[in-house]
Amino acid sequence: MTIEELDQIAEATRAEYAKYDQEINVCMGTGCLSQHSDQLKDALAKQVEAQGKNVFVRRTGCMGLCAAGPLVLVDPDEILYQQAHEKHAEAIVKSLGGEPIKELQCDLREHFDQQVHVVLENSGVIDPEKIDDYIAHDGYRALLTALSDMTPNGVIRQVTESGLRGRGGGGYPTGLKWGTVAKATGDIKYVICNGDEGDPGAFMDRSVLESDPQRVIEGMAIAAYAVGASRGYIYVRAEYPLAVARLQASLRDARRRGLLGNNIGNTPFSFDVEIRLGAGAFVCGEETALIASIEGRRGMPKPRPPYPAVSGLWGKPTLINNVETFANIAPIIRKGGKWFAGMGSDRSKGTKVFALTGKITNTGLVEVPMGISLRQIIEVIGGGVPDGHKFKAVQTGGPSGGCLPESMLDIGVSYDALLKVGSIMGSGGMIVMDDTSCMVNVAKFFIEFCMTESCGKCIPCRAGTAQLHALLSKICAGNGTMEDLELIEDLCDTVKNSSLCGLGQTAPNPVLSTLKYFRNEYIDHILHKRCTAGVCNMKAEEEVPA
Amino acid sequence: MPAFTPPPLPSDDKRWKIVNGTMRKNGFARHALIETLHTVQSSFGYLDDDAIRFVAQSLRVPLSQAYGVVTFYHYFSLKPPGKHTMTICTGTACYIKGTDKLLASAEKHLGISQGQTTQDGNISLAAARCVGACGRAPVVLTDGELVGQMTNEHMIEQLERWAVA
Repeated sequence: MTIEELDQIAEATRAEYAKYDQEINVCMGTGCLSQHSDQLKDALAKQVEAQGKNVFVRRTGCMGLCAAGPLVLVDPDEILYQQAHEKHAEAIVKSLGGEPIKELQCDLREHFDQQVHVVLENSGVIDPEKIDDYIAHDGYRALLTALSDMTPNGVIRQVTESGLRGRGGGGYPTGLKWGTVAKATGDIKYVICNGDEGDPGAFMDRSVLESDPQRVIEGMAIAAYAVGASRGYIYVRAEYPLAVARLQASLRDARRRGLLGNNIGNTPFSFDVEIRLGAGAFVCGEETALIASIEGRRGMPKPRPPYPAVSGLWGKPTLINNVETFANIAPIIRKGGKWFAGMGSDRSKGTKVFALTGKITNTGLVEVPMGISLRQIIEVIGGGVPDGHKFKAVQTGGPSGGCLPESMLDIGVSYDALLKVGSIMGSGGMIVMDDTSCMVNVAKFFIEFCMTESCGKCIPCRAGTAQLHALLSKICAGNGTMEDLELIEDLCDTVKNSSLCGLGQTAPNPVLSTLKYFRNEYIDHILHKRCTAGVCNMKAEEEVPA
Repeated sequence: MPAFTPPPLPSDDKRWKIVNGTMRKNGFARHALIETLHTVQSSFGYLDDDAIRFVAQSLRVPLSQAYGVVTFYHYFSLKPPGKHTMTICTGTACYIKGTDKLLASAEKHLGISQGQTTQDGNISLAAARCVGACGRAPVVLTDGELVGQMTNEHMIEQLERWAVA
């Protein structure tokens, strides 16, 4: 496969679609599929045929607005229909070329206009199971350009220049990591894509893998060329069957097109990728634990150094990046590192995908430039808290992140700013809570999660999370004392500073941040035996001495 | 050193051939342990002692290590599932929207707690850690099929339908 051949495929695919007057795009991500968008697509295709229209019906990936699914986008008029079902197919096809159907139309200009799509540029646009669709949207151009016109060092330079930082949550500079692996000596090197999206409430990686799998594979191939690796693994959760199926199909297609395998693009570069299924362990998102899991062992982390960049999978130099990090690579190579660095804030460049969920009107996936304020994401893009309830907190970073109150909403979203206020960027889950959520209970929920997910290797995490859970349960039951609060703070400090891996080091974050910003709720629970949100079952009021 | 011969298949059950196929595809390498266990679970629905012993011997992995791996990962089950499975998502987004109440209600209705199966082997109740469909919270899986924006009435209705069938 050469660039010329790639152009031919792109040209032919575009010409094929140009034959049609209009296109109907039906979202077939997990969210919309659960509302039978597959049946909707079949019905639409049938109607197009019955009504004799020259229209193409396409299966696409996630369009972002999961709560309003199934979504249908009519091109080129850009009419978006929400909650479209099989029974609407006839009317939708009939309305083509005429007036759109008012009842179904989704008009959320504010939701979409504030977003900048880099990672999600093809999501909801291309058919994720057709490699030619991806090629028609500049797919694999970056890989072949890198192979023919750039040195491995040149690729790393572009990535470094872009200022891209690891999107899994740690925020380690990607260019620096690539440089370390490239310099490491070893006959074999590996590239691993971390798709073990364990954070409950986050689904960015699932969506990218389902909507645009080829982009991740291309990113991995470019990384492999840059660091000198010949084999790759994608580690995906077994809970994401659709993502796994689409990845498998994509790998097969890429091999068939000669974009994976031996001598890619008629160069000496050879690279192939295998899928490894996770088996439901949150700790496997930690890189050394993930490596242990690929090796077929219990997913327990190892002390670092040595870092995987030097001694990783089977003791060989290994590059591990998150799905979203790899998804950013192809556009960076195509448009240059400078272009990417032009977006975002001072030390956090580019865009970030967030999974906006919880008590918010427009739940779903959004991609925004770094540095945008939390308030803008929640109130403008997210449409605010529904049903007349009052905003209480937003939780970023999953069980490792913190809960931020209303007063913190004006900070710009970036790795450093979030860390400074006691939360983390994390992989991009953003859960909004309203006045029906009890913050003590939420803290207990997260600690319970970390307690069950702790692998048990190091004591601070194994025993510390269990003790924290016991203390928080005691407060939730109305038996807490003010001394318990001090004990909790002390224990959080120990767990945070002495745990082996990221799981333990960040597990106290939800507790510490709720203690910092919602201390009055803890005090309410302890002194007044009262849960203002009405979540915790307290002992009867009269037991409190007057 | 004599060449290694894998142990014979535990029975004539055709599913063992699928399991063996996974191991052969990976050249009976030790690191194929988790892959193989996935195949066993998807073929048989759960992992029993015979299966773990067979896989461990075939891959030359100590039995203790194989058992350790099985118990470490939540996805693997040592008990046979019921005819139907109700899986309730307990991820954060679903929790905020009240799946803790759904879970409690299902436990009360079936008289079992999560991870258990009713005495007649009909319905299993499970809790999942986020299935990644948070936009549709609260989410449950009825026999693996994702249902979003679940209400208590709908869930109980489904459980009753299974109980009759």
